[in-house]
Amino acid sequence: MRRRAEERAGAGGPRYPAWLSLPAIAWYVAFFVCPLAIMAVFSFSRREGFSDIVYDFNLENYKDLLDPLYGEVFTRTLGLAAVGTIATLVIGFPLAYYLARYAKHKTLLLLLVVVPFWTSILIRTYAWLIIFDPDFPVIGALDLLYTTKAVYIGVVYTYLPLMVLPLYAALERMDWSLVEAAEDLGDSPLRAFRRITLPLATPGIVAGSLLVFIPMMGEYLNPVLLGGDKTIYAGNLIGQQFLLSRDWPFGSAIAMVLILSMTVIVLVYARMTSREEALSG
Amino acid sequence: MGRRLIGGWAALVYVFLYAPILVVVVYAFNGGRQVLNWEGFSTKWFGEALSDPTITEPLKNSLVIGVSNALIACVLGTALALSMPRMHRWVRVPVDGLVYMTLVTPEIVFGISALIFFVQAGVGLGLKTILIAHVVFNASVVALIVRARFVGMGESLEEASYDLGAGPLSTFRQVTLPRLAPAILAGGLLAFTFSFDDFITSFFVSGAGTTTLPLRIFSSLRFGISPVVNATAVMILALTLVAVVIAYLVLRRTGSERRGGALPGV
Repeated sequence: MRRRAEERAGAGGPRYPAWLSLPAIAWYVAFFVCPLAIMAVFSFSRREGFSDIVYDFNLENYKDLLDPLYGEVFTRTLGLAAVGTIATLVIGFPLAYYLARYAKHKTLLLLLVVVPFWTSILIRTYAWLIIFDPDFPVIGALDLLYTTKAVYIGVVYTYLPLMVLPLYAALERMDWSLVEAAEDLGDSPLRAFRRITLPLATPGIVAGSLLVFIPMMGEYLNPVLLGGDKTIYAGNLIGQQFLLSRDWPFGSAIAMVLILSMTVIVLVYARMTSREEALSG
Repeated sequence: MGRRLIGGWAALVYVFLYAPILVVVVYAFNGGRQVLNWEGFSTKWFGEALSDPTITEPLKNSLVIGVSNALIACVLGTALALSMPRMHRWVRVPVDGLVYMTLVTPEIVFGISALIFFVQAGVGLGLKTILIAHVVFNASVVALIVRARFVGMGESLEEASYDLGAGPLSTFRQVTLPRLAPAILAGGLLAFTFSFDDFITSFFVSGAGTTTLPLRIFSSLRFGISPVVNATAVMILALTLVAVVIAYLVLRRTGSERRGGALPGV
């Protein structure tokens, strides 16, 4: 009885029949789950001739992926995602901190972070094509177009808002009098930050890191547009299999490895946050 | 002192976020034939873009897909949001997982899997396949926004309506819908911008003959930056900006209870 009451309280909201969910679930199953399942089957098939597919459950595509050449692509992708995540965290944290603790016009300033997130990624990337153009004042002279540096700047720019929002959500709930108390009692600002702010901001840091790390692992546009498709990351490697070499089974295998490694990361994250909750009671 | 330093840093981050967008906007008003060679203020490239059928045709496609996608996503997403709170845990948790998965799966993976699926199922690629694929993640956008509002609404009014003999349909129309309308509107607007701006998924499931506005811009980038593309980009920016700001204000005004949102950025 008690459990039921709890469940209701936790779920909340007015009562409506469960079958209302069927159209959406049907859509998800037909056009999301099925495609991913077929892609999984594809990754075990092989291509014959130009575009015929033979389904003969084999591991060739995955064996091909063991080639050091592709190992390099994956470490490069991991590097991009890791460095990109740290960079967005370092750049975004002070902004989120400022918004949560000091900012006066919070609604407006927060809206200014949200708008780029919902703005066309293509156009936001395109903007850097203009800035990196050799004829652009000052920055053009740095000769960044079609380099890996350009790709790094591009991904940080693309995903920064996604990092700031969860950081802000965590810091916004903070009780700043705790920090003030610690400082009054003799903690240096840095020590108070380490002992109070940082632990309380950790859920936001983890959520933000995950939100930017995952899409960075599959990043496609920045390597293609700003990197000129010259340096290969997992995302544009997949794209090439579908657009240039037309080896769909191999492309599927790369995509499988990509989402499997992401699943592992998400599960580790789930473990970490549940331990976090257990610790904080 | 620390406060001023952090404030300065925050200002710099805003410059970083907006300077590139500003660059596109400023150079779109350059009258010269070369993007970076300033030859005076002019709006002629906007006129040029709007009279170019290779831009207006994709624009029409994008609008048709964006609007139909928003309508379908609103129906599917709202219905899902209504049914979820009272689902049995064993159903709710996997469905919830599915909703989030459609949003976090990298678009390149979803794009190619949808491509394989449509080709294998013998569905001709075109407007239809782009629309179907867009609805997948936009139904989730609407569901999350509507549910965040719905869960905090309390159940007493609906219970009263049921007690007075109304069925689910008239209860929805007369009691729930009026209170849920702002969230549905905001969800629909965001679903529209998501679809209107989408590049990667559309890129893979569009087939050879169909072009949306982002696809058109991308294909012209092979020939480098150009003033017409700049003007087109600014028009896209303006349209999304209006939609996002309206959605944001509607959600704020009507006071979504939770902070930090079910969806980043809402």
